Amino acid sequence: MITAERKPLEELIEYIRPYRRILLVGCNECVTVCAAGGRKEVGMLASGLQMALLKAGTSIEVREHTLERQCDPEYVEELVPLLDGVDAVMSMACGCGVQEVARRFKNKPVYPALNTKFMGASERQGVWAERCMGCGNCLLGETGGICPIARCAKQLMNGPCGGSTSGHCEIGDEVDCAWALIWERLKELGQQDRYVEITPAKDWRAGKGAGPRKIIREDLAE
Amino acid sequence: MDNFEPVIVAFCCHYCAYTAADMAGSQRLSYPPNVKVIRVPCSGKVDAMHVVKAFEKGADGVYVAGCLEGDCHFKNGNTKAARMVAYVRRYMDEIGIEPDRLEMVMMSAGMGYRFAQVATEITDKIRRMGPSPIHAAIETGKAA
Repeated sequence: MITAERKPLEELIEYIRPYRRILLVGCNECVTVCAAGGRKEVGMLASGLQMALLKAGTSIEVREHTLERQCDPEYVEELVPLLDGVDAVMSMACGCGVQEVARRFKNKPVYPALNTKFMGASERQGVWAERCMGCGNCLLGETGGICPIARCAKQLMNGPCGGSTSGHCEIGDEVDCAWALIWERLKELGQQDRYVEITPAKDWRAGKGAGPRKIIREDLAE
Repeated sequence: MDNFEPVIVAFCCHYCAYTAADMAGSQRLSYPPNVKVIRVPCSGKVDAMHVVKAFEKGADGVYVAGCLEGDCHFKNGNTKAARMVAYVRRYMDEIGIEPDRLEMVMMSAGMGYRFAQVATEITDKIRRMGPSPIHAAIETGKAA
């Protein structure tokens, strides 16, 4: 999922200070799962903003709505009847959702309430960790299902480096060395021979190296 | 606000604090009428949203009362509630409400005396702190 965290309240208040009425829009997908921008977080933020402004001697009306998915135009269309009289929109989706709302409603300022972080997985309740960087050419089949792009600080294709100690990365003891994990996993699978093979330098053009990417499925595209 | 009487919301677990309140009644122990008790099936069922809404509606203080550590009827609802309270206290700080207006307390069903004592102590503390900034702003808005 795409993970995100709420921006500090102070920053959000600066965004909305000039307005009298805003629409706060959540998303039922990834940001709900990582407890950053679902219906509950929309309610919490709406209350927080209203209280902070009330305390500062002013007030704001916050309309709340949570879309099934904010990165699809079909769902964003639901916002049309809610925008009447609204001065600005604050989105609690990831960057994709914010941009989709901004693209659809060109005459309304749209502000992000979250900082989008990474594509990750849930390690345990309340803890999410980075797992994928969308490099465009997945090599998990060669690395025992552990990604050296997302999980090695240096994105080494042939690791580990000299900074790996007792399975930990030199950037911090709380960070596992991806290549130590890969080695352990390959041993479990009896695939140590894979480790011996030298992986050539990665072609980053499949990732962000060639600019913004697009997928077109011709059978589906209209 | 002269003669300020705080409004305090107490989310009380059915299996401990709520029964302790009953016990206090049976023992003829009085506690301040400022405390508005809301019975919940487990302190772990109290959501951050409920607490935040209480403050938004003008509560001057809120406390969540759960079972003693290790005694939760649902295994660990009380420790979850304690983590939720810590989280909301940080959020209150961001909003500009003193975090000390929110507390997590633990007691057993037999602690009628402790229930009355906690209610009295928290009421006294909030009375000394004065109205919550939100309560004060609501009152100012009404007067204007």
